[in-house]
Amino acid sequence: MEDPRGDEQRHQPPPSLWPVGFAVGIVCLLVGLIVSWPAAAVGAAIAVVFGFLWARDVVAAGRGPALPGPGEPEAAPTAPAIPAHKGEAAMPEPEPAERFPRSVFLEMSTLGLGGIIGGIVTVPAIGFAVLPAFLKQHSPEIDLGPITDFPEGQYVVATFLRNPSEGEISRRTAYIRNNGMRSGTPSFTCISNRCAHLGCPVQPGGPVFDSKKQTVKTKNGEVDLIPALPAAGFICPCHGGAYDQEGNRTAGPPVRALDRYQFLIRDGHLVLLGTYSVSSVSGSGAQAKIHRYQLTGPGQHIDAPESWLYPVQPPH
Amino acid sequence: MARKKSDRRRQLERAAMYPLDWLEERSGLVGGVRYFLFRKVPGDTNWFHTLGSATLTAFLVQLVTGVILAMYYKPDPKSAHASIDHITHEVTLGWLVRGMHKWGASVFIILMFMHMGRVFLFGAYKYPRELNWIIGVLLLATGLFEGLTGYLLPFDQTAYWATVVAININGTAPFVGPFLASLLRGGAEIGPDTLARFYSLHMLLIPGALLGLITLHLYLVIRLGVTSPPWSSEAAGSGRPPEPPPAQAGLVRPRPRAAVKGRPTE
Repeated sequence: MEDPRGDEQRHQPPPSLWPVGFAVGIVCLLVGLIVSWPAAAVGAAIAVVFGFLWARDVVAAGRGPALPGPGEPEAAPTAPAIPAHKGEAAMPEPEPAERFPRSVFLEMSTLGLGGIIGGIVTVPAIGFAVLPAFLKQHSPEIDLGPITDFPEGQYVVATFLRNPSEGEISRRTAYIRNNGMRSGTPSFTCISNRCAHLGCPVQPGGPVFDSKKQTVKTKNGEVDLIPALPAAGFICPCHGGAYDQEGNRTAGPPVRALDRYQFLIRDGHLVLLGTYSVSSVSGSGAQAKIHRYQLTGPGQHIDAPESWLYPVQPPH
Repeated sequence: MARKKSDRRRQLERAAMYPLDWLEERSGLVGGVRYFLFRKVPGDTNWFHTLGSATLTAFLVQLVTGVILAMYYKPDPKSAHASIDHITHEVTLGWLVRGMHKWGASVFIILMFMHMGRVFLFGAYKYPRELNWIIGVLLLATGLFEGLTGYLLPFDQTAYWATVVAININGTAPFVGPFLASLLRGGAEIGPDTLARFYSLHMLLIPGALLGLITLHLYLVIRLGVTSPPWSSEAAGSGRPPEPPPAQAGLVRPRPRAAVKGRPTE
């Protein structure tokens, strides 16, 4: 037999106005804290009095036998219950074809509507998190100043802000060598210092003449130009990748030559554009033949069969 | 006289327990916590079985110290390193909280590996606990990702170049690698958004994922019980509820003992 004192009955509190009075007292107290102390005191008094009355009621209800005792059970039907498997069905058996499709329809429409609402909320949020990493990527033009600052045949370490509005985080370094004239146009070698292994900054393998440092003011802010003599090419401090003076890999883990900057000369100024990847360079200086590829992340092959692993590049 | 005193005591006890009873009646939480804390474990568990809860403790330490550090840290390339400097040298006890977070990160990772080793060597990954091993592996990967994203935040030379290398290692993954790298950087180049992105991953997304996975992990530990060591003389499952318990015994509601004994053996 089931306990007649069900969970619903047991702690049903009696109807009471005390909580309302208590709430009024609290409101009065809080308003009084801002407005005036006497009002706060009145509010506190109301809250205490009504709180006490409420608590007394609750305790009394919990203690007293305010429940129907076992002596007065609910009126039970006098006739013996008919076993469920013998009597008639309490309700006519629903026609499956009648009822089932509607519950399925409601189920599906709930799921579908929920999915649509969830999608409307989620898709833009995910797009906001993901798409900016791939859209509106562009390589800014970097003005390095007059080409006369680059002595012929000598490497110069140029450090500059790729995007001055982003600040120091966009500081990049390029190794620039003026190769002199090639059939009437100036020729430059503009090597990116990003190692083709995992992107550490490669260093010149030879002296860097800090005392001859020159700071040029250009549209990109201040550009530092330091002459250097990378007799041993370029060397990466992270994992020992080594390159010759044209950026060809000579030793270590890099998978290709150093990336290079595209450049143009405008109003006598050397202007760097975006970078591109290089598998190898044959020849040197103005006569160099550069095997050029689309810009690819460090560590990715661009010419061997391994390059098939990287068929598509995100926009750079 | 004595009877009156015991009445009084009973009344006092009832009054003291009233809040707990109130909570239990409305939520079942007290019973749940009691079931969690006093559930049966094999008699021959040993100290190696504490590595899991040690890992959880390390995670909670990271959670608390991380929340405090976030009150002082500024995820902006121009001020990130200065704010770390400020925390370490100027904020009262900042050196301690940052030290706990920094070294606690290594402790967390090391404990994860040790816990994994214990589970492997004890064969605790076997039926019916394979799913919990899989969740554990996801926890390990997520935890390592938490370490990777946290490493950038001090924003010194080590942090910066280590992150450059880590992102580019991701970039060498076949096919998706270049996109993964761009996604992590928030663009084709490391820029002002990269640090904020790592910060958001480190303090919001990944800890949330970790908390969810830990909840699943613990649920399965409680549901399936703790394994005895391989040298245990007890046959697995003897003298304690058979594993896995039937579906009606939920996470928080202990089965009456009679139901366990009366259950037919397979």
